[in-house]
Amino acid sequence: MSMLRVENMTHFFGGLRAVHNYNLEIRPGEVHGLIGPNGAGKTTIFNLITGIYDPTEGDVFLEDHKINGRTPHVIAAMGIGRTFQNMLLWRHMTVLEHVKMARYSKLSYGLIGAFFGTPRRNREEAESEEKAFTLLRMFGVDQFADQWVPNLPYGAQRRVEMARAMAMEPKVLFLDEPTAGMNPEELVQMMDIIRQVKEKFKPAIFLIEHRMKVVMELCESIQTLVFGEVIAEGTPDEIQNNPKVIDAYLGKEIVE
Amino acid sequence: MILLQNLINALQWGSFYALIALGYSMVYSILMLFNFAHGDIFMVGAYIGFGVASALIALTAMGAFALPSWLILVLTILFSMFLTSFVGMIVERIGYRPLRDAPRASAAITGLMIGIILETGNLILLGAQRVSFPSLISTVTYDLGGVFVTNKKIMIVVVSMLLATALHQFIRHTRYGMAMRAMAFDYVVVPLMGVPINKIAAMTFALGSALAAAAGILFGVAYPVLDPYMGILIGWKAFVAAILGGRGSIIGATLAGFLLGFIEIFVAMIFPSTLRDLIAYSIVLLILVFRPHGFFGEAYSARLRL
Repeated sequence: MSMLRVENMTHFFGGLRAVHNYNLEIRPGEVHGLIGPNGAGKTTIFNLITGIYDPTEGDVFLEDHKINGRTPHVIAAMGIGRTFQNMLLWRHMTVLEHVKMARYSKLSYGLIGAFFGTPRRNREEAESEEKAFTLLRMFGVDQFADQWVPNLPYGAQRRVEMARAMAMEPKVLFLDEPTAGMNPEELVQMMDIIRQVKEKFKPAIFLIEHRMKVVMELCESIQTLVFGEVIAEGTPDEIQNNPKVIDAYLGKEIVE
Repeated sequence: MILLQNLINALQWGSFYALIALGYSMVYSILMLFNFAHGDIFMVGAYIGFGVASALIALTAMGAFALPSWLILVLTILFSMFLTSFVGMIVERIGYRPLRDAPRASAAITGLMIGIILETGNLILLGAQRVSFPSLISTVTYDLGGVFVTNKKIMIVVVSMLLATALHQFIRHTRYGMAMRAMAFDYVVVPLMGVPINKIAAMTFALGSALAAAAGILFGVAYPVLDPYMGILIGWKAFVAAILGGRGSIIGATLAGFLLGFIEIFVAMIFPSTLRDLIAYSIVLLILVFRPHGFFGEAYSARLRL
């Protein structure tokens, strides 16, 4: 059984074909990497699967439930957690609030409970806060719980974003360049965190990443995307040695 | 003595401003825009209250049930808040949701137009003559050593403070309140975290409109003459209170509403009452020169983009 499956997905922005005939299958617990030069359409694929755009053609299945056509919040609540390339955190909210907010769909009390402070609301909110703290501790940002995120060091902000995504208890975790802009020390930390997440929560992970070291070490399978089309697919070794990939992408990376 | 007497009047007016300003502020926090139809929703709320109260009185007179008049007032407030919340949700659904990504100026104009539609709609429906709000409780005046307090004034201040407190705890301590705050600067990430932003937006309008309805009925209790344009001036003043409190701030809107009541009443105490608004709002302008973001406002405004 696949956790996440995409079948023949094509998407047009006006006349521009951003993604062409894209197929994907991620099994439970698997880490799947998506690499490719800037503008290849990697983030667009994330946006298509998470419901920000509706694919022009093709279908997306989460655990065999069709999810394309549903609204982003429904898809998210069904089990897709996500981080962003440019780290979209809420500047006016504290670290703890970020994680609690992401647990919205895990709570079930309604408006009446909200207004009258029923025991159920209090219990659910307290539980939620406790789970949030557990995540903050795991990602090493619990000491910042009551601080506003802009006051945190960059690496810590990245980890808050991971904690926020994990608070949704995702079945599939989407990571969009989680190590972008990190120094070597932060990079090692982040890779460690991804490994921890993998061991502890065992979500399927869909990873966009530019650093080959990260992709090769973490992923079990990799796709290379160029101009919206997959030009190569396979294990890290196969990808590394694929001449098409080297031409299109890795070549530049090796020169660096 | 006279100072205390005015303090009580100021509290009453402050209650109206605060309740209406809360609606402006809540909607601002999710739309980054003031809902300029909000004063007219206050008016609609007062009229709905008038309708509900009249119906309940008629039913009691017909012998359908025997309700004491204070209970009729309580029921009127609750029913009208409930019904007016739908007016708010309809306004959001047809007026603002389609414009969520449009330039803010377009949405502001929409608000003004919805206001005009509500006013003239009411005019067509009920005619131009004023209606008088049924007097549900008789005025009892207490003499507290030379300071006169009526039961109505006490009720108005107490009810509005209760509602403001309830709203505050709702925003601070529930997942819905948190979602409202998260939506303030972001429509992109919030849904990706599993939060239904359309539902939250509808809820925000519903709550703001319910508070405006409560204000409308309390206003009708104190000044029992309703007309279709009653919401305009008081709406603008409450809007000023929302700005003064700091855009999007719930505590700010409440406090600034009361402050505005105090400024108005005390200016009227010293100066001729024809100069009241001129002087009172010059003071407000002066405050804003030194605190352009209001008392609790925050100095950033950019939205998150994907």
